[in-house]
Amino acid sequence: MQEHHHRTDKQINKELLSSIFATPKWWPIATLFCLIVYLIGMTAFGYMLNKGIGVTGLNRPVFWGFYMVNFVFWIGISHAGIMISAILRLTQAEWRRPITRSAEVLTVFALIAALQAAPLVHVGRPWRADLWVFPYDFSRGIWINIKSPFIWDPSAVMTYLTASSLFVFVCLIPDLAVIRDRTKGIVSKIYGFLALGWRGTPVQWKLQIVAGILLSALVLPVFVSVHSIVSWDFAAQIGPEAWHSTIFAPYFIIGAIHSGVSAVATVMVVMVWLFKWDKYITPDHLDAIGRLLIIVATAWFFFFFLEWVYALYTLESPELAMRELQVFEMPWRALFIVFVITAYLFPVPMWLFKKVRRSFLWMFITTISVNIGMWLERFLIIVPGLMRKQPLMFNWGSYTPSMVEILMVCMTFAWVFMGMLLFARVFPLIPLFDIKEGMLVRDEIKIGRAKVPATIRE
Amino acid sequence: MFKKRSVIGLFTDEDVVADALDNISQSGFNSAEYEILTGTPYPDGTFGDETPKHKLYRFPIIGAMCGFIVGLLLTAGNQIAFPLITGGKPLLSIPPMLIIMYEGTMLGAILFTVFGIIFESRLPRLFMGAYDTKITEGYIGICITSNPEKMIAAEELLKNNGAEEVKRGWE
Repeated sequence: MQEHHHRTDKQINKELLSSIFATPKWWPIATLFCLIVYLIGMTAFGYMLNKGIGVTGLNRPVFWGFYMVNFVFWIGISHAGIMISAILRLTQAEWRRPITRSAEVLTVFALIAALQAAPLVHVGRPWRADLWVFPYDFSRGIWINIKSPFIWDPSAVMTYLTASSLFVFVCLIPDLAVIRDRTKGIVSKIYGFLALGWRGTPVQWKLQIVAGILLSALVLPVFVSVHSIVSWDFAAQIGPEAWHSTIFAPYFIIGAIHSGVSAVATVMVVMVWLFKWDKYITPDHLDAIGRLLIIVATAWFFFFFLEWVYALYTLESPELAMRELQVFEMPWRALFIVFVITAYLFPVPMWLFKKVRRSFLWMFITTISVNIGMWLERFLIIVPGLMRKQPLMFNWGSYTPSMVEILMVCMTFAWVFMGMLLFARVFPLIPLFDIKEGMLVRDEIKIGRAKVPATIRE
Repeated sequence: MFKKRSVIGLFTDEDVVADALDNISQSGFNSAEYEILTGTPYPDGTFGDETPKHKLYRFPIIGAMCGFIVGLLLTAGNQIAFPLITGGKPLLSIPPMLIIMYEGTMLGAILFTVFGIIFESRLPRLFMGAYDTKITEGYIGICITSNPEKMIAAEELLKNNGAEEVKRGWE
């Protein structure tokens, strides 16, 4: 961290609460656009409810299409949000300060997007889906089947959603008090109610700091379990043999981190562009996250390579059929090439250059590229896997998404963008107290003729 | 309704606050009667005060135990209540039970931790007492809460020790 912009508490309040106290011209337009896309998606969902699941492209043997791809994608995005926040808090990485809140909020909205993307949508009769999880049908004595991965999924995702929402709330309390002190009337009362009467006593601060570390330590194992369980939706089922892979859990987790850390980097760039927070999110922060991404991406690529090795080494016909489809037949071949280039071959060599890592525009392009690739990765695992599954089926088939599915995928993206925009108007996206603490413990020390920023740590 | 009164003095310098706290302590106010209010988490001992004590670490352990028990009862109870043999596996199948019990354990630990943070921080606090919005702008406040008859002495003490502003509040 070579850059150091010293700000007073008053300046920090003014600059970081600017997204709340002033409405930028673009904000209503962007939010309205997202809302319209979201409502169109909801209309498509209503149409599907009315007409039935037949309006989608899902059919024998491909019963999981865009919905499930989108579900796994958003679960992946949600993961690195909390992961990056938790790991950086635990390791007391100084560059975490402006990033943690947006990463945690992204997690919450991405998880809700994941819930909208698949579990309640593609079951055909969503109003009966609650019977999987909540056994209220006492009269017939039917209870949930906990041996099904579809029970593991909701329990893990709901635990993760509860944990990450509470994590965001607890870390938000001191900042809510700042807004309470800067507003008047009913608005101040609402923020005061949410701030729970926070005053900033030493005990409250001590617990706030311990809470950040303790909750990080508790959320990390949940984060690992959630994507493992999502991977077991595939690995533990009896259908496609190509999914019966022991490497799926760590492969999915590292894929989620790759995708999620990239999404956090994208959000950082967008925050600087939209809210002009370049004094807080600097090229140094992008440089740090770029270095982290090189490691994460390469680890993911290693697992991707291993998955292929294990798949081909057995020479089993279902595996070979699926791999042949992925690599040699159109349009899957084209998608596979795009996936490998966008997820790894384009961004990682780019990140090797310092100028790219420190450029907002290039980091935006490369991290968006990663997520295009990672969406395609899930698509290429799910759809070709089902198209060439062997046991318990009698034909091979194909899949083309319908307009309903495409609109509902767009709906989830609109939901996340809209959620982030709305959050930024009501709550600070950069934690004020964390930034203030950072200013307090940082100084410049003189070594010879150089002035070097230093951090004092307890 | 309010038996105690509170007064707050606002300071800008950490050293002045530390000296003021020493003087307040020597003037007959015990440590339960005064507290520091800041808008930034200062390192422990900045103002010469004791490191705050808490029992937060007990909460996740108790929560984890509760969550584990609920997870165990939920999974075992479900399978016994609806004895559906799946794939020839035992009725009480341990691996899937472990997954739900794990999530239950973690959820219990997290819920109790959050409850612990709020409880140990003595939140929610219905009455703010003596407080000033300048605290969140970088000022450091010393709030003295005591019997009404000691308020004048407390005000004088804060002023004499370099408080830039002194104001009263209810407790």
